[in-house]
Parts: sequence; C-alpha cells; structure tokens
Amino acid sequence: MRFGTRLIHNGNEIDEHTGALSIPIHQVSTFHQSDINKAQRFDYSRSGNPTRQALENTIAVLEGGHRGFAFASGMAATASVLSIFAAGDHIVVCEDVYGGTFRIMNSLFKRFRLDSTFVDAADPDRIKAAIRNNTRALFLETPSNPLMKITDLRAAIDIAKQNGLLVIVDNTFMSPYLQRPLELGADIVVHSATKFIGGHSDVIGGLAVVSDEDIAREVYSVQNGFGAILGPQDSWLLLRGLKTLKVRMDHQQNSARIIAEWLMAQKQVEKVYYPGIDSHPGSDIHKRQSDGPGAVLAFKTRSVELARRFMSRVTLAAVAVSLGGVETIVSYPVTMSHASMPRSERLRLGITENLIRVSLGLEDVEDLIKDFDQALA
Amino acid sequence: MGLRIESKIVRGHKGADPHTGAISFPIYQTATFKHPGLGQSTGYDYTRSGNPTREEIEKTIADLEGGLAGFAFSSGMAAIATLCEIFSPGDHLLVSDDLYGGTYRLFEEISRKHGLDFTYLDTGITENVINAIRANTRAVFIETPSNPMMKVTDIKSVVEIARVHQMLTIVDNTFLTPYLQRPLQLGADIVVHSATKYLGGHNDTLAGFVIVKDQVLEERLRFYQNAIGGVLAPFDSWLILRGLKTLAIRMERQEQNARIIANWLKDHPRVEKVYYVGLSDHQGHAVCREQASGFGAMISFSVRDPALAEAILGRVKLIAFAESLGGVESLITYPITQTHASIPKEILDHLGVDEKLLRLSVGIEAVEDIIDDLKQALA
Repeated sequence: MRFGTRLIHNGNEIDEHTGALSIPIHQVSTFHQSDINKAQRFDYSRSGNPTRQALENTIAVLEGGHRGFAFASGMAATASVLSIFAAGDHIVVCEDVYGGTFRIMNSLFKRFRLDSTFVDAADPDRIKAAIRNNTRALFLETPSNPLMKITDLRAAIDIAKQNGLLVIVDNTFMSPYLQRPLELGADIVVHSATKFIGGHSDVIGGLAVVSDEDIAREVYSVQNGFGAILGPQDSWLLLRGLKTLKVRMDHQQNSARIIAEWLMAQKQVEKVYYPGIDSHPGSDIHKRQSDGPGAVLAFKTRSVELARRFMSRVTLAAVAVSLGGVETIVSYPVTMSHASMPRSERLRLGITENLIRVSLGLEDVEDLIKDFDQALA
Repeated sequence: MGLRIESKIVRGHKGADPHTGAISFPIYQTATFKHPGLGQSTGYDYTRSGNPTREEIEKTIADLEGGLAGFAFSSGMAAIATLCEIFSPGDHLLVSDDLYGGTYRLFEEISRKHGLDFTYLDTGITENVINAIRANTRAVFIETPSNPMMKVTDIKSVVEIARVHQMLTIVDNTFLTPYLQRPLQLGADIVVHSATKYLGGHNDTLAGFVIVKDQVLEERLRFYQNAIGGVLAPFDSWLILRGLKTLAIRMERQEQNARIIANWLKDHPRVEKVYYVGLSDHQGHAVCREQASGFGAMISFSVRDPALAEAILGRVKLIAFAESLGGVESLITYPITQTHASIPKEILDHLGVDEKLLRLSVGIEAVEDIIDDLKQALA
C-alpha cells in the first residue's frame, strides 16, 4: 500500500462498534470497569484513551515505528522524550535546533543536570568530537530551522551506533510523507504535530514514535507519569488533518519550489535557503534521505529595512509564528521562533535581522507571488 | 481582493478572527449573547438567529458560489426542506427525474402534503421542460450531473426558459461544488448543497447550504431559517470551514483518480457500461465541459451480471461499502437498495437504476490501490 493510501487506510479509521467512518471522540476521563479482577484496555484517559490511541497507532504506522505517543504540544513531546534520560547524562544536539528545544535544554534540563553540547551536525566530525563517556543520545533536526541545514542522517546514525547512542530526530519539517528517519536507523522521532500533520493551524499537538519495545516502555512511563497527554478532541483533529497530509504537502511543496525560484530572481533578495535548490548545501544528501524538499524556506533580503518592510506589507500571507498550515505564514525568526536564543548565538548561526522564513500554504501560488512582489517593492 | 478560487477557499470570508488574529476562526459554542443594554444588540442575540462561526461559513460559501447570501443548515435535506417554504400551496415545480432519493422522498411525502406539486422529467432535454410548464409552475429544480446516472442538464438553457416563464432555477451543486461549477454565475437563482459531501470532505459532518443572489430571496430565507431553526451548529460550521480549506486539492486528486478509474472500468470485460461525465463519449460531456471547469469524481457503472454487483459489495476491502460520497475515502454504494430506495420502481426502471448498477465515490487514495481493490472485487 502506498503512502497516500496508508494515510486514509491504516487500520485506525473505522469504529469497530458502529462502523462509523470517523473514529469517535471519546471525550471522557475515566472508564467503567466491569470486573475488578480483570484489567481492561482503558481505565483512565491519561493512561490511555481510544481516540488518542487511534492517533498514536496511526503515526506509528506512518513513521514505520513500533509505537506512537501523543502529547499536548511538540515541546511536551520533546520534553517527555528527553525525560527518559538521567542526571549526569549528556546529549549532542544540532546547533540550529528549534528555539524552544534550545531553551528547555539550556534551562530546564540543565537544572536537572542533563547536559547538552550544540554542534554543527552537518559536519559528522563535529558530532564525533562532541561525544563523551556519558553521552547517551544525539538529537537532530534536518532540514534545520530556519536555515534548512542538512544533516546526513545515515552518517550521523552510524556514528551514534558505534558509540551506543540513541538517535532522536525532530521530523516536523518533513513529516513521514517526505522523510522516515526510523527506516534509516533512528530510534525516536518527535513531531510538532501542530505543523504539517495537523495542517490547519488549529491544533497544538506533539507526537513521538519509537522503534522498539524497550524505548516504548520508557517513553510510556513518562507519558503516563508526567501526563502531558493530548486531549481526545485534539487527537481527533490531528487524525482528521492527517488524511490530507499528502495532497497538502504535494501542493505546498510545489508552491515552495516556485517561490524559491522566484525569490532567487529578485534583486532585493540576497540569498534563498531551500533544500530544493541544487546549489543549497547538502541538497544531494537530502535527496538521498527524503522524498522531497518540503514546503518551508527562508530568505535574506539585501537590507534589514527591506525585511522589516516586507513583514509589514504582506497582506495575503499571515504574519505569525508556526508553520505547516493551509495558510501561507511568513515569520521573522529574530523576534519570533528564535527569540529565546541569545543574540550572539543567533548571529553565529546566521539568523540575522534580514532573514525571513516562509511556510507555503494552499493558496494559488500566483496570488502569493503578487503579494510578495508588492511587499518587496 | 481579486483572488483565485483556490486562495478564497483557504482564506474564508474574514480570513482570521478579527479580535485576536487567530488563524482558525473561533468556535462560538454558545446559545445566547449578552446584550450591551436594553434595545441594544452586538449583532448577535441567539444562535438560532445568528452565530459568528456559522456566519463565517455562510459568507464563505456565498463568496465561493458568487452569491449574495448563504444559509447553513443541519443537513442537505434540512436545507432543501427549508427552501421549500418559499413556495405556497398550489405551486408546481419541475424536477430532474434522476434525483437523490432523499429529495424525492421529501417532495413526495412531505411537500406534497403541504400542497406543492411536482413533475419529474429529464431536464437535460429542453423541450421536456417547456412542455411540462403549467400556469402554476414556479421553479425548476435540477441536479447536474445527476445522481446516480450522471445526466447533465444545460443550466443556461433551463435558466432562459425559466426567465421567460418567471420561474426560479434551483441547482443542487453537491456533485461539483463551486470549485468546479458555479450555477449562480450561469444565471441560476438558488444553489443548494449537501455540504456533508465534498465541501466537508471527511465523512464526519452533516451539513447543508442554500445560497441566493437576490435580496428578496435572502430576506425570506433568513426568516425561514430562523423560524424553522434547522440551523448548523457552531462546531459543525467550524468543521465545514476546516474541511473547505482543502476542497481544491481534494477535488483535483479525486477527479484525477476518477478519470483513470473510469477508463479502467470501461475496458473491463465484466463491466457493461460506465457513467462518468469525464469520458468523452458520455452524452453530457460537452455540455458539462462548457458550464463547469471539471467533471468531478462520481462514477456509476453497471456490471454484466447482477450477482456480481452483490459480490463486489462483499469483496471490496479498501473501498468501503457505505452510503454518502465526496469524502477522502473511496465509497461504493448500491443505489437500488441504498440511496435511491425511496424512489418507485417504475421511475428507477425508466432511468436505468437497476440491480446491476453500482455507484463509486472516488477518494484521494493512491489510484493504483483503488484499482487493485476493484480488480480483485470484479474477478
């Protein structure tokens, strides 16, 4: 069965009791137990809920993993996964990771003595050099946010395996339609399902998928113990959003390719960051490990003033944080997604004040070009 | 803003919540609204009369159909039933004979009791329409393409006749949606929808719409919608808004799949006939091409052996045997006992709706998988 079909038919789409073609929203906290001597599948919604389970099973099938877990946000998913580690452990993290991930690693987890080193993961030697005796995991994002830097997943996974590390990949930008890290040997995938998976800018959610039962037990213990679970209504909305993942991404990716080329031809634009451009560093690696360049790109204008003017003039695209929805969203990383990163760190990474990130939606790309054209003028 | 329809579909009417900037329109799950003072209103008093979430979907569908106002109801049938209230006892309507069974049942069992009279005819043949007009004929109600035989009616020709005789033209646009066909722009007066189908698109919400383009009709519909109260709930209004955002890309994929499947079925030795407007030899192909920008994703086909039709329904695995249509999942149904069971046998015989006929609503799955499933089911 091909991916587009699996989105609609993965064994989690029909209610077994009534035949309903939409999984019921089990908006419930607790479950009547018919026999106190017999454990039932569900007892309390924090531990398990049928609607959430349908979503968790679905994402596990789509990522090609062993088991899925749904959380209240992408950060709750990442924080819960990081909570399987212990004080004194160390993690190697790709340096231009999402600002929120950077923040919890540097404040919250540091307080609990989970140490981290940030490296340019595009260079495998730097990953190697950062590994210590107490390193337990490698945390990657590829393409990275917002500069679309590419990490060679196979090379990074090789290094990790040689050193007995778990590999965690944030697959938000690609979604399982375009990239399946577990199939390349990664151990855990995390998602901000708020983005392409939900796809409609109307749900906050996070997902994690693990490759084997041992890791599943550990993540489940945090999910149930810590309890940052996704509610039934939001689980159902993500299931609904997933059904159109492929058709949405096909259109969005196509628009991204067109917009990237258009931007490159504009005299006000200094540089375009998009893995779909042949000259983009790592685009050949990206091609080998994924099925497409995705629908997020970034660009730098020739001046800071041009960037600020662009942000104030766009009318069709929404100016907002977040990405992956049906609406085109433009954001300004310096004050939005990466505001929690120190300025010095931002500048070192190239997240400058003339940088704009674009997440393509489902609008007609001609309308977007018209809008961008007047905003850049 | 002069946007293309794909962009309008994503944006909706307001585009975002004007109060908070929320990109997703808020669900106003409320029955009533606090008044600022005596004799003052925020514009909303009671959700049956008006609700901001429902208003957003109503204005969005009106924009997409090119109408003046839209009205959202709790089902497609509630939409048509409320619309019938604009007529009076003694009025007569001409109706496409190949019609959704539920509409036929409503007209015959309920509206007739209220004094309305109906004549069913092939509205695809202009002379039929002219010949059936009486002094008390007030409207022509058409489905094009029709359900399940995919007959096409030339909307402009019907509109011309209707204008001469001061009749309203009502088009059920469920099968094509405003993405592919906009009857109001072709001169029709009223469009109705079962929004449960392509507009919602996920087989998870029931809803109906009426869209009008003149102010007198708008006022009357607003009165009946509020007085009868078969309104669409806020959460369901929001689900239809959410579903609508992917309408264009869903329809594109579904139609593309439908073309491939129709051609595959045509060449199958156990298939007797394929009814799909997108096939160039379909009798309504040229007219549909003229008045719509696509042919949709509904296919009916008859198999050579009635026993096979029943066997197919038992054998399909990927395709669900279920009523309804237009969702992301492919569905197959058996019109004679399911969708059209309430239509008398003589009419069904006349139309060709028999025990060999199956109706397929093509979804967005990979087309190869749908064909694999049909292949094993037809074997």
